[in-house]
Amino acid sequence: MRWLRRFVRRAVNLATGRVDDERLREEIEEHIALDTEANLRAGMTPVEARRRAILKFGGVGTVREDYRAERGLPWIENLAQDVRFSVRVLRKSPGFTIAAVLTLALAIGANSVVFGVLNALILKPLNVPHAESLYTIERGGYKDQATSYPDYLDLRDRNRTFEALTAYILIPVGMDTGKNPSQAWGYEVAGNYFDAMGVQPFLGRFFNAGDEHGPNSAPYLVLSWSYWHSHFQEDRGVVGRVVQVNKHPFTILGVAPPAFNGTLLFFFPDFWAPMVQEEQLQGRSVLNDRGRRTIYMVLGHLKPGVTQAQAIADLDSVGAYLEKTYPKDDGWMTYSLARPSLAGDLLGPGVRGFMTGMMLLAGLILVAACANLGSLFSARAADRSREVALRLALGSTRRRILRALFTEAVLVSLCGGAVGLAGSVALLRQLSVWHPVPQFPIYVPVYADAKVYLVALLLALASGFLFGAVPVRQILRTNPYEVVKAGSAGIIAGHGGRRLVLRDVLLVAQIAISAVLVTSSLVAVRGLARSMHASFGFDPRNAVVVDTDLSMAGYSGDRATAMQKRMIGAMETIPGVKSVGFTSLVPLSGGGSTEDVFSEQTTELKPSKAAANVAVFSVSPEYFSAAGTTVLIGRNFSWHDDSGAPPVAVVNAIFARKVFGSVSNAVGRYYKRDDGTRVQVAGVVEDGKYYQMTEDPRAAEFLPFLQRPTQLTALVVRSDRDLLQLATEMRSKLSGLDSGLPFNLQTWSDGLGLALFPSRVATVSLGVLGMMGAMLTITGIFGMAAYSVSKRLRELGIRMALGAQRREVLRVALGRAVKLLAIGSAAGLVLGILASRVLAFIVYQATPRDPLVLAGVVVAMALLGVVAAWIPAQRALSIDPLRLLREE
Amino acid sequence: MKKTDVLQGTLALMVLKTLDVLGPLHGYGIARRIEQISGDLLAVNQGTLYPVLLKLEQEGAVASEWGASENNRRARFYRLTREGRKQLQVETEDWEKTAAIIGRFFEAKAEDLI
Repeated sequence: MRWLRRFVRRAVNLATGRVDDERLREEIEEHIALDTEANLRAGMTPVEARRRAILKFGGVGTVREDYRAERGLPWIENLAQDVRFSVRVLRKSPGFTIAAVLTLALAIGANSVVFGVLNALILKPLNVPHAESLYTIERGGYKDQATSYPDYLDLRDRNRTFEALTAYILIPVGMDTGKNPSQAWGYEVAGNYFDAMGVQPFLGRFFNAGDEHGPNSAPYLVLSWSYWHSHFQEDRGVVGRVVQVNKHPFTILGVAPPAFNGTLLFFFPDFWAPMVQEEQLQGRSVLNDRGRRTIYMVLGHLKPGVTQAQAIADLDSVGAYLEKTYPKDDGWMTYSLARPSLAGDLLGPGVRGFMTGMMLLAGLILVAACANLGSLFSARAADRSREVALRLALGSTRRRILRALFTEAVLVSLCGGAVGLAGSVALLRQLSVWHPVPQFPIYVPVYADAKVYLVALLLALASGFLFGAVPVRQILRTNPYEVVKAGSAGIIAGHGGRRLVLRDVLLVAQIAISAVLVTSSLVAVRGLARSMHASFGFDPRNAVVVDTDLSMAGYSGDRATAMQKRMIGAMETIPGVKSVGFTSLVPLSGGGSTEDVFSEQTTELKPSKAAANVAVFSVSPEYFSAAGTTVLIGRNFSWHDDSGAPPVAVVNAIFARKVFGSVSNAVGRYYKRDDGTRVQVAGVVEDGKYYQMTEDPRAAEFLPFLQRPTQLTALVVRSDRDLLQLATEMRSKLSGLDSGLPFNLQTWSDGLGLALFPSRVATVSLGVLGMMGAMLTITGIFGMAAYSVSKRLRELGIRMALGAQRREVLRVALGRAVKLLAIGSAAGLVLGILASRVLAFIVYQATPRDPLVLAGVVVAMALLGVVAAWIPAQRALSIDPLRLLREE
Repeated sequence: MKKTDVLQGTLALMVLKTLDVLGPLHGYGIARRIEQISGDLLAVNQGTLYPVLLKLEQEGAVASEWGASENNRRARFYRLTREGRKQLQVETEDWEKTAAIIGRFFEAKAEDLI
């Protein structure tokens, strides 16, 4: 602690600027006086006595210096001196300083934004205690997270490696808090959810396993803090209040803490409700159906000391038991573990891959910026070689000069880092409140934390030292005698060639990196544009979709079917409507269910014997024409395909090929659904996208809703009218049918927001990086061209005086810059094309082998070159040789 | 550099011991005393004592205040603090331990080392 006290004292002295030389002076005087007296007593003459005393005391100068060094912190004082000097130097060239700071601000800002997102989505665990041991379980080779409730109960009770296994489903409900009913999203959770997560309530209490006594025994709700804040104005009296959920009374038990937003990083629930209420929450209950895997995720903490491998082995043994006991429902019951925060392997690898790629590109930006600044600093050092030589000649050490140079570089980089960090913090804050897909509570909760600040600081320091190191060799090689003798012109001639080579390499590297970024962003933009025009298997243009769940207004069974018919009828009466149909689920709206189908001959309906795993939709007769889906062969459904008629289905082309060998073969043939129903194929429709934009082509079956009833109702209304007007009329018609039914109405193109969200994010981020690359190209070429023009003004003036034409002047002034641009762009283009293979994983239909992209990159780089070289070129052309030569 | 560090460390310990034995003293008194006991360590460059005194003061081992010297002039008097007494005790023990080890080492004969 002694050194600490000493340090604090010194720092305080330094900060208060206390000059205490008076005390030392007085002490010295007294010391010498006392010693003189002693000498006098010993019999010396007064003069001799004083001389001896002074001699014995030693060098007063040294003592004073040591004393001062001890009192303050000399290295900080020296640093402060260097900083003051650097600030003065930088202020003398504000243009250079501002350009340098801005370049770095952009680069470091980009890096801290990307790192901030990476940190929030990947590095930071979920906000629950002991998140490091929290895992979700995935089943079988497809890493399927879906589980049925009976299977979940067996897993929960039979495993020995988890503290507690809990489960949840994401559901929308109609929530009526006494004002107007609206849609709310929540988690339907197993009773032990909160206990398993180890979260404490903010207000009231949470429900727990003890509250459940069979189906519909626990009509309780726990609200999220933000829902409580926005819908109940933080009224603490909310506990115990009864609200209507899907027209069933539920009692509010408590409010979750503000920092707990469920166990998915980006999907913020409004409430939690017990799974035993499934019948009320979803209008139907499949809690007793082992074959219906509707649970979204099963997750829990591993017991202390249990390894992942032990847990997997344990789960597999439960799986083997299930397979043996329930062969009809359970197949391929092997398990793996994944992190729950990004929905396990559903999003995790994609997000991780994308963020890694982005981090890489952002790193490239920083490298390019450093190359840019390195060449600027090197040019500056060349210009200042006279100053350096002079300082060397006057006795300064090279170390001292280098230290000053590095101080300058680090000062610039810290300023740039600060500006960039401020910008990125603001941007991250924006991102956090962004609500990208209106119909889902999806957020990107990315706040800058200490790690982000630290990374920005480290990046700033590192880049400062990186580009500050470029001119080091130049300084070390400076020979003061030569420089002072030769004058400024001589330096360029003498050492210029070599230095320019280093700068050229840096510029080429910088342009190449920029070209990579420009290529990537063009590839991404083209991919997105193409994905908007890809074949979805339906036509989203000129169509409005109304999305609702009739169970939210209490409809079920025949009442639901009747309501659906009324809704179709009501829509058809709107003038200008061409066709109306509905489906249980709009393709690409996020979600969906699959089932196994079997060939007609199969008797053992086990998952392992399935002919295909297919996407399944219940649709109304007019759905295909309303959706714009082409029927390839066979017939459409009619209103006669009801529960009294023999079961029929319409399948897509892949289904037909997989199960029947070919499309033309399929019509009239039979297959079996997983409940054993024999279904005849009535028609075959074109393939489409069902769950994700980037999915592999997959089989799908469409069943008549009169034979497979559903409460999920997505009406598709096709019309050539203005869709906004149409939407208004649809709204009023629907409210006329049932004012208590919450629904979501939007054009189909808007409805694809969720499906296109990943590629949109990718395109915007890559686009921004591309723009930054372009800006770096401009600053790089501008810097190089402006410098070479200014260095060669005299030469250019002489050439003009001797009759050189404008073209020749330009060629001399800018030839080098153009050549470097060409080399850099070519290298960057090749690299970019190679890098774009990586993009193909994220951006739908991203292919770099696209003549438009290639041409785009070439044109973009050429344009950037023209823009950047414009001002230097003008300057070269406006040289007045007479004036120039007179001035010299 | 190294040599001054050693010198400073030794000097600091001597200062502490001097103040411990003699009570509050001014700089000259301390220098005088050290010179008497250690011989040539402070026979020249007595000024080096003052940075050491400042260091000890900044560390909190000694405290100082103005007082009157023998000839009734203003002089800065240094005295040991409780902190300083503790430091002195610790460092004395360290020194003795080190000295004992080094002493044994130098006394050792060739046959002891085999």
